Amino acid sequence: MKVAYWPGCVSRGFTPELHGSMAAVAPKLGIELVELDRANCCGAGVIAEHNQELVDTLNARTFAMAQSVEGAAGMMNICSTCQGAQSECQERLDASSDYRGTVNEHLKPEGLSYERDGDWWNKNFLWLLVEEIGLDELRSKVVRPLDGLRVAPFYGCYIVRPTRRLGYAEHPERDQYLEQVIEAIGAQPVDYAGKHKCCGFPLITMNRTTSLRQAGRHLADAIDAGADCLVTPCPLCHLNLDLQQPDASKFVERDLGVPVLHFPQLVGLALGLEPKELGMNKHVVKTTEVQRKVAALAAA
Amino acid sequence: MPTYSLKVRRFDPESGDAAYWESFEVELPPERSVLDGILQARNDQDGSIAIRCSCQAAICGSCAVRINGKTALACNTKLGEALERGKDGAIVVEPMGNMPVIKDLVVDMDAVHWKKVQRVVPWLLPDGPPPEREYIVPAESMIDITQAMACIHCGACVGACLALEVDPDFIGPAALAKAYRFVGDPRDGQTEERLRDLAEDEHGLYDCTHCFACVEVCPKDVAPMDQIMRLRRRATSDYGIKDGNNGYGHEKAFVNIIEKWGTLHEAQLLPRSFGQGSLIRSQIDPDSLKQLIPTLPTVINGLKSGKVSPKKALIHPKLPDQDQVRRIFDEVHSREERIELNMYIVGESGPEEES
Repeated sequence: MKVAYWPGCVSRGFTPELHGSMAAVAPKLGIELVELDRANCCGAGVIAEHNQELVDTLNARTFAMAQSVEGAAGMMNICSTCQGAQSECQERLDASSDYRGTVNEHLKPEGLSYERDGDWWNKNFLWLLVEEIGLDELRSKVVRPLDGLRVAPFYGCYIVRPTRRLGYAEHPERDQYLEQVIEAIGAQPVDYAGKHKCCGFPLITMNRTTSLRQAGRHLADAIDAGADCLVTPCPLCHLNLDLQQPDASKFVERDLGVPVLHFPQLVGLALGLEPKELGMNKHVVKTTEVQRKVAALAAA
Repeated sequence: MPTYSLKVRRFDPESGDAAYWESFEVELPPERSVLDGILQARNDQDGSIAIRCSCQAAICGSCAVRINGKTALACNTKLGEALERGKDGAIVVEPMGNMPVIKDLVVDMDAVHWKKVQRVVPWLLPDGPPPEREYIVPAESMIDITQAMACIHCGACVGACLALEVDPDFIGPAALAKAYRFVGDPRDGQTEERLRDLAEDEHGLYDCTHCFACVEVCPKDVAPMDQIMRLRRRATSDYGIKDGNNGYGHEKAFVNIIEKWGTLHEAQLLPRSFGQGSLIRSQIDPDSLKQLIPTLPTVINGLKSGKVSPKKALIHPKLPDQDQVRRIFDEVHSREERIELNMYIVGESGPEEES
């Protein structure tokens, strides 16, 4: 399957292991990635806060580029925040032809135009994996079932709310896909209070206490529920849950120390890729224990 | 007639016992509401079940509870649909979060919701002497605030707010949406003062974690978070209000970075946010430095893990077509008035969409 691929800013910035792991996993699943390397930032909710026409135009530009990739089934992203920010713009662009015309006017000099098309989609890799590739197909490709690995899902707000905007009417189980994938690759999903809650990242520059109390609380809940690691399809959640974890521990006044995997990393492990190929050595909270468990599986 | 199992969180402070779960079986058609189910259980099985309710038509806003973990009006949630999202064949009903429980499903709205609404001065403060007759405003000028006016004060957003969960001092979604109802009202004379007050409150405008929980649960489509973003837009773009939380700086920093590079130069976001959008100011301003220093361990962790290289922190490539992105910024910023598509009204009186 060929897709127009928007990796986002953070996967090529502070979480390069996400970008790398997606590149490693895609061929294993028969996904051909056509990277939109001329596309711009989605705005991450911040440009929307500043000016709607601006953010809608910026994302219309990205959509227009994706729509012109020949033979692509749709557009794929690997960031919950990109998904939510872009879906918000797409909702407005699709709601009014007048408004869409105003936005497309800005793209005219380059001959770009975003066209409303009920069949065109922009899906996070998590959605694409479950809906376009399918769990059965995934199961058939698993060479290393992650038997006994206890994984706590962490979705990221932008991919679970608001349900009306994010296609839940058509796909009501989108807030359960992580658990479904965790099971499909032989691991064990861990249920805990925080899985659909906020990591706190949007507040990290504005109220560090509120932000890191959120991150710390969810990490602590996952640990108490017996998780070996968390998994998230959002690199911004990853920044607050992994990069900031040592600091978050101070705000909840307890030890944490639970590794947080990017979604493609977890899938990649089950598809037989090695932790190093998936950049698992580039985490702040060491993934050694997860690696040891995976190595033991291979030996067994 | 189908039978539904309602698993209700019970609590009676006078008993001295901890909260506990109790299940009730009710027989009702699937299109009847969860509130109907609770009232039937109270009528036929246990008269001591406490729940607030009145209109039973999603107008009075009395019966907000948590159903299967999601805050909603009990009268506005059908039993059949609730069961689909239930757990182990039961519909789980709990009191709302973020507010003290008085008894069973009744929470103390005065202690949290109404106190916060009072905080934002929820009445009109017009300038100058009152007109001889009523205040006259053009109908179009009220469109912007119709959504905020639709609030029925059920408290569902307050109960679901994920920032309130860790910061009880946060003004919260309902009160901030109410604040926008007056900030956006052309008759109000205290627009800037209101915005300044909310922006400068450490637990105000810039304590919202942008999680969409309030948008998701609001039974009246008020989208409180969208109103908070409108408040922020007015505070920064129209009045240039600088706050103590770096809200102004963060927005300026983010927008400036994308205008310059096209994608996010993360290493500059934090210092620029602390420096009101400017990288230079961030390094000479004592307030900014005071904030930068505690983040150093995180920076060091990032470098040590190999995530961030010093080169990447210093040099960020521009997009190949960055001149296009810049042109878009210029065109949009040169408009006299911001263009916004109001999704709340677009279906009714906005431009028609082809189907």
